[in-house]
Amino acid sequence: MFKYLFARSEDIPEGSAAVYFGFSAIVWFVIGTGLGAFNASKLAFPDFVTGLEFVSFGHMRQVHVHAVIFGWISMAFAMAMMYMTPALGNTKLWSEKLGIWNAFLWNVGLSLGLTLLWSGMTSGREYSDFPWFIDLYIATFMTIPLGINVWMTVIHRKTQGIYTTNWFFASAVFMVSIVFIVGNLPEWFHLTGLTEAYLTWWFAHNVLGLWITPVAAAIAYYTIPKVTGNPLYSHRIGHLHFWSVVVFYSTPAAHHLMSAPLPEWLKSFASVEGVLILVPAVAFVSNILLTMQGKWNMFVENLEIRFTVTGCLMAIPLNMQGGFQQTRAINWYIHGTGWIVAHAHLALLGFSTFLEAAAVYLGLQTLMKRKLYSLTLGNLHFWFLLIGFTTYWVSMTIAGLIQGAGKIYEVPYIDVVMAEHPYMIARWIGGSLVFTGNCFWLYNMWMTARAGTVIPEGRMAHELAYER
Amino acid sequence: MVNFREYKIGARFFGLALGGSMTITLFMPSFDLRNVNATEVALDKQLWAGHESGFSLADPFLTGEHRPVRVTLKTDPKTGQPMASTVAYVYPAGTPLPNGVDHPDNLGNIVEQLSRDKGRIGEASKSQGAVFLLSSEPQGDGSKQFYIENASATKGWNPEEVMKAAGDENTYHASYGKAIFVREGCWWCHTLLPEETQDWQVFGAPPMLGDFNGESPTAFGSDRKAPDILHVGSRNSSREWMMLHFFNPRLVQPHSIMPRFDYLWGPIDDKGQKIDFDKWRAEYNEYVDGKRVTPPEVPMYASNSDARALIDFVLSLK
Repeated sequence: MFKYLFARSEDIPEGSAAVYFGFSAIVWFVIGTGLGAFNASKLAFPDFVTGLEFVSFGHMRQVHVHAVIFGWISMAFAMAMMYMTPALGNTKLWSEKLGIWNAFLWNVGLSLGLTLLWSGMTSGREYSDFPWFIDLYIATFMTIPLGINVWMTVIHRKTQGIYTTNWFFASAVFMVSIVFIVGNLPEWFHLTGLTEAYLTWWFAHNVLGLWITPVAAAIAYYTIPKVTGNPLYSHRIGHLHFWSVVVFYSTPAAHHLMSAPLPEWLKSFASVEGVLILVPAVAFVSNILLTMQGKWNMFVENLEIRFTVTGCLMAIPLNMQGGFQQTRAINWYIHGTGWIVAHAHLALLGFSTFLEAAAVYLGLQTLMKRKLYSLTLGNLHFWFLLIGFTTYWVSMTIAGLIQGAGKIYEVPYIDVVMAEHPYMIARWIGGSLVFTGNCFWLYNMWMTARAGTVIPEGRMAHELAYER
Repeated sequence: MVNFREYKIGARFFGLALGGSMTITLFMPSFDLRNVNATEVALDKQLWAGHESGFSLADPFLTGEHRPVRVTLKTDPKTGQPMASTVAYVYPAGTPLPNGVDHPDNLGNIVEQLSRDKGRIGEASKSQGAVFLLSSEPQGDGSKQFYIENASATKGWNPEEVMKAAGDENTYHASYGKAIFVREGCWWCHTLLPEETQDWQVFGAPPMLGDFNGESPTAFGSDRKAPDILHVGSRNSSREWMMLHFFNPRLVQPHSIMPRFDYLWGPIDDKGQKIDFDKWRAEYNEYVDGKRVTPPEVPMYASNSDARALIDFVLSLK
């Protein structure tokens, strides 16, 4: 890939940027989940590896979070944008070269940022932990160039309308840059106190709500119709989904701080808007599941569809939790417990990861014109991810309920820690399964590039039979 | 932009929707938050914590450069005469000034007015350093209104004299301690936010509206895997216990899952002797296995070690 950095744009093969982003995303996924599993082991067995600053839990937790959010999830998004946006506009990517540079600088910036975080250089603000110059780098060299490429591709499309997926892509790249610049105001201008606390969570909420959730959904709007051959069930419902995301998902930031002394009107407003998140959620899930009509056999037979539909099904418990757990009636019980950790993993490792994995499987096969090397490894990946995630989610939800009970019944904290111990072990096992599955995936994709069956011109990957 | 002609209305609605949501969630709350007067808690905290506890250009690696200290004075730094125990916040030359001194409008109208007029904070300078006091003015209703006093201007105290008069045993490196709290990720498990709906009995009172002015980062934490420590200094003020607990939490709480922070001791103890960590761990393992009756002695930390600063910080959380 590096040879294309200085090649003329027309000499770069179509899809190179997407392939670069795709493989980087998988590598970051392996690293991120490996770190996650290692962190989990320390919560189960605190003396597992001890006495060294650089393998202490407090130095690694944020590295795990940012490796999966900015490495795996966001690079998989960029990968999807690099090939879906031109495909849906019946055109080429506006600039392959910008895309290649974008992926290169993304990896460089993320490696640098994670190294600094690992060493303890942090702003101390959850989800915006990077020091301000890394934030500036992310906006300048990561999100804005990606946005320019997506927007220019949409503008130079050869279709009259813009398909649902591309509305989401174009608005999300715009919104994530705004969220990055506004959400880091405390660092640009050294804002302090409650303002700093509130903006920290304004950023954390909106980076999920206006970046991860809509882009993951947009991917499903492409994958399902493309692979099943069914047209999207309803563009009107797609409209409803899009507009309700922009209106409702951009407002409930304060529900992350329900027990802080923020203005009560703000908390109430955020809580009501938080319940309204169910509008885009129901629109999305119903639209996708109805698009599957007549093709449900592919849920069993086709790997990409299985990943995508599983992700969509996980959006149901995700949004039921998300909509209601932030109301005052429920939040007081589960706030700050493992329940929230389970919920965050349901969003990122359940819902969104399954949709992105499908996009990366589909995109890499299509762009490299190679059939997936091994179905067996693909299936193993799916089941390791699903079983690992489920183990994690169930154990952390139970641990969260124990913590919640301990909190309101004023149980001495150490008794809560002891009661959680078996669930911490289960969490570690779940995380390790996910990590192992991802190692299979990396190998499978590498072998696909080297030894996958060539897909003939004009055919799609899923029309060919697997050979292994 | 010809291809966007048919999306004109949509684009405008999009701007309206996003702009509207930012107006409600950012612009409107800013009026509420700006009008808050800093409480005694907030003033004390911002004076001992200093300008910034996370990454800053003054202390990029969070290793304790350019940080203020809190001291307890028992003698007057000018005359050397005994005086009533007084807490002072010392900002040596080059230390970034606390947020309320840099940007007094963050203090709220009343506190800003008093700090400017009576406290003379406008005269504090970063290049020369300054000493601050938390002073109060009695109010008509019997309560007290707290404000920041720049003792360098009102009393002529300079940082070196004050630190010398206090001595090392009355000096608290709580500012650096909070930076370690951020650097070592303590806040991933220990929250700094007792919850409004419960927590009163166990972790103490939730903070009030004006308790945060000037604090950065607030580091509330969101994932409580351990007790809230906003008021831990009031529950447990034993330096000994903290020392054992940081070196190896299992010494005082066998079921704790907290990591060991023995590496914060650095290479040497308080007598300048090299600490033999391998030997300590081997002996501790023997103790765990039942081959020793008592665990090995925890070495006393050096007075300039990270461990000391972190304990100073934890004990400042009243």
